[in-house]
Amino acid sequence: MSGETSRRVFLQTTGAAVLGIGCGIPLVRALASEIEDEQGTGPRWAMVVDTRKCAETCGKIDGSPPCAAACHRIHNVPTKIEDPKEEVKWIWTEPYEHTFPGRDPKYLSDDLRGQDVLVLCNHCENPPCVRVCPTQATWKRDDGIVMMDMHRCIGCRYCIVGCPYGSRSFNWKDPRPHIEEVDDDFPTRSKGVVEKCNFCSEKARDSADGTWTPECVAVCPEKALIWGDISDPESELRKTLAERFTVLRKPELGTRPRVFYLV
Amino acid sequence: MYDKGKILAGIALFLVLVLFPVWYGAAQGGPGRPPDLVVGTDAESCVRDTETMRISHMDLLDEWRNRVVRDGVRRDEVSGREMSLTRTCLDCHADREGFCTKCHDYAGVDPDCWDCHNLPEGAGHER
Amino acid sequence: MIEKALGGTRRYWIWIVVLLAVIGAGTLVYLRQFQEGLTVTGLSRDVPWGFYIAQFTFLVGVAASAVMVVLPYYLHDYKAFGKLTVLGEFLAIAAVCMCMLFIFVDMGYPTRVLNIALHPTLNSLMFWDMVVMMGYLVLNVVISRVTFSAEQRKVAPPRWIKPLIILSIPWAVSIHTVTAFLYSGLAARPFWMTAILAPRFLATAFAAGPALLILICLLVRRFTGYDVGREALKKLGVIVAYAMSINLFFILLELFTVGYSDIPEHLEHLKYMYFGVGGQSTLWIWMWASGIIGLFSLVLLLVPKLRTNETLLALACVAVVVSIWIEKGMSMVVVGFVPNPFHEFTEYAPSASELTISLGIYAVGILILTGLLKVALDVRKHKPKVV
Repeated sequence: MSGETSRRVFLQTTGAAVLGIGCGIPLVRALASEIEDEQGTGPRWAMVVDTRKCAETCGKIDGSPPCAAACHRIHNVPTKIEDPKEEVKWIWTEPYEHTFPGRDPKYLSDDLRGQDVLVLCNHCENPPCVRVCPTQATWKRDDGIVMMDMHRCIGCRYCIVGCPYGSRSFNWKDPRPHIEEVDDDFPTRSKGVVEKCNFCSEKARDSADGTWTPECVAVCPEKALIWGDISDPESELRKTLAERFTVLRKPELGTRPRVFYLV
Repeated sequence: MYDKGKILAGIALFLVLVLFPVWYGAAQGGPGRPPDLVVGTDAESCVRDTETMRISHMDLLDEWRNRVVRDGVRRDEVSGREMSLTRTCLDCHADREGFCTKCHDYAGVDPDCWDCHNLPEGAGHER
Repeated sequence: MIEKALGGTRRYWIWIVVLLAVIGAGTLVYLRQFQEGLTVTGLSRDVPWGFYIAQFTFLVGVAASAVMVVLPYYLHDYKAFGKLTVLGEFLAIAAVCMCMLFIFVDMGYPTRVLNIALHPTLNSLMFWDMVVMMGYLVLNVVISRVTFSAEQRKVAPPRWIKPLIILSIPWAVSIHTVTAFLYSGLAARPFWMTAILAPRFLATAFAAGPALLILICLLVRRFTGYDVGREALKKLGVIVAYAMSINLFFILLELFTVGYSDIPEHLEHLKYMYFGVGGQSTLWIWMWASGIIGLFSLVLLLVPKLRTNETLLALACVAVVVSIWIEKGMSMVVVGFVPNPFHEFTEYAPSASELTISLGIYAVGILILTGLLKVALDVRKHKPKVV
């Protein structure tokens, strides 16, 4: 074997081995990993938004409703980003027609036309964002919350592409200079990761019994937001669902949102 | 051996490049020994023994963050402390500059913890 | 063998320096993107993917199209493609490398990109895309090296390479299918949610890829005198003609289903794409241009008399590549996002930074292709005249 041939063989073998390991190991590990059981036995969190109460309370407020302002304040959401294309938001309002598209806008009842509806992550029972994420940086917890792991997110934005509700925001630039006032109790994000509502799961940290009330629910003066355990038939949330007519955003997609709307 | 000159020159170039950190550090007048760190506490022990912390605190932090963020477990079984960078580690090692940064600078590593995590008690968010 | 890439004429070196300059410019702008984040692009919360991912999609097609020369040569023993197959494989290697770079520059947190391999996720099509792309790269590198060095030593290639070659045929189909699945499995984006997205991708790939290959063959012949033969070019022209016809047929199928069923959620994207309804962009002009150029190319390709004229064939190939590039590289990804889930119309146009970085990546691909061709053609020495 000539010197050139053996060198070539060596380089080829090394290259092939590196690439083979690069492809093979992830495949084996993926096949070996367990499929997570989505049904836990503990609470499963959900929310009801009473849009009429919302309209009565906040219908005349310019800008962010208090629930959104409070959420964004405690979660260090960079609200000072002016460019709507780079906006980061966890909870905000959209006109009724945009939130529930498909209804004939011409014959919509007067009070619903143009009414602001609160939107946030739906914490779907069958979340497409979780299905598409290539690193499990977003996943569904046993308590139903669709979580983000900011340490793992590679910023591919596939979850934003997969979300039918526009609930996710990407940090197009370093968010820190655009935060009104940094709350030291909650981390900020860095540029290049996706973020969204987490149902205030960080509040479990200081809770004795493992339950908590999200900030938006707590600050609403009219109790327009009902929060609770959807697996508990005695919860206020379940009773509301049993007694009143609620709608979901795009239910036909089968994502099974866990944010319900009273209209 | 043919191409002797080329091979020797290649080896020399390789050594110069591979030893870049050494001669660059020396040229910059950098310290030849580890810096003195402001430990910031008289406590007898850390959450693990000192040797383990010195060598693999980064692995421990990785493990902690996965336990907290992904498994929802907040308490460290070994030390009984909360698994928190800002609330446990910095509780003792309060001087981040004198402890974390000083050694990280010396070691030439640039962890991104502080891109997101804030210093406790309103220390601001400047890096 | 590799050292053949390091010796060449003045013209060769000028070409290399130009490519390196473009790569340098792209790298500098990328470093700025790395510092400041993807804010330097034209992307937004409503259009989170754009030019980079579109180029990726287009180039996966170019990569997959190598199968159009490999299949006739190896499965049907079509000898006329003998001098062509290695060019097809080299084009595939260059295209796959560009694909990976386009994915890389699109990442918001590029230093963590290995997380895809460290936390493999079977339910994510992006994971599968990485697996099939890496596999395809390995297959093409191994096959082209082994067959080429056997040819050079005038011996038959080792027997074990044949199964790999056969494997590479469905594998090529798979890379573009998985890339289509990246889009077509999303309930959130009705524009892409069509089962013929994968066949459409393959049709455009098998038109644009061989068209590009014809153009490369003509350029190579012009500058190096290496001739793949008239027969091969003619046959490639037929392949482009078929694929382009099927592509047009598929587009008409889409237009019928969406248009006749008249479901607003689906129709709105088409209206925006072809008439600009709801938005302000000029994308629709491009789309009409793409359609007209495509039809024009089809006329040239379908009439045998025109197709067999090499100048007209070259013109037709340029038209095919331009038409399909507009459709896949500009419109297909973006229109999926307009209107957004709230039925709002947010426009997107790539920024200067995005375009410079993309140009840099294309230059990397062309550099790889140039290097591979240089080595192969010098070794083959079919004509003593080198670049």
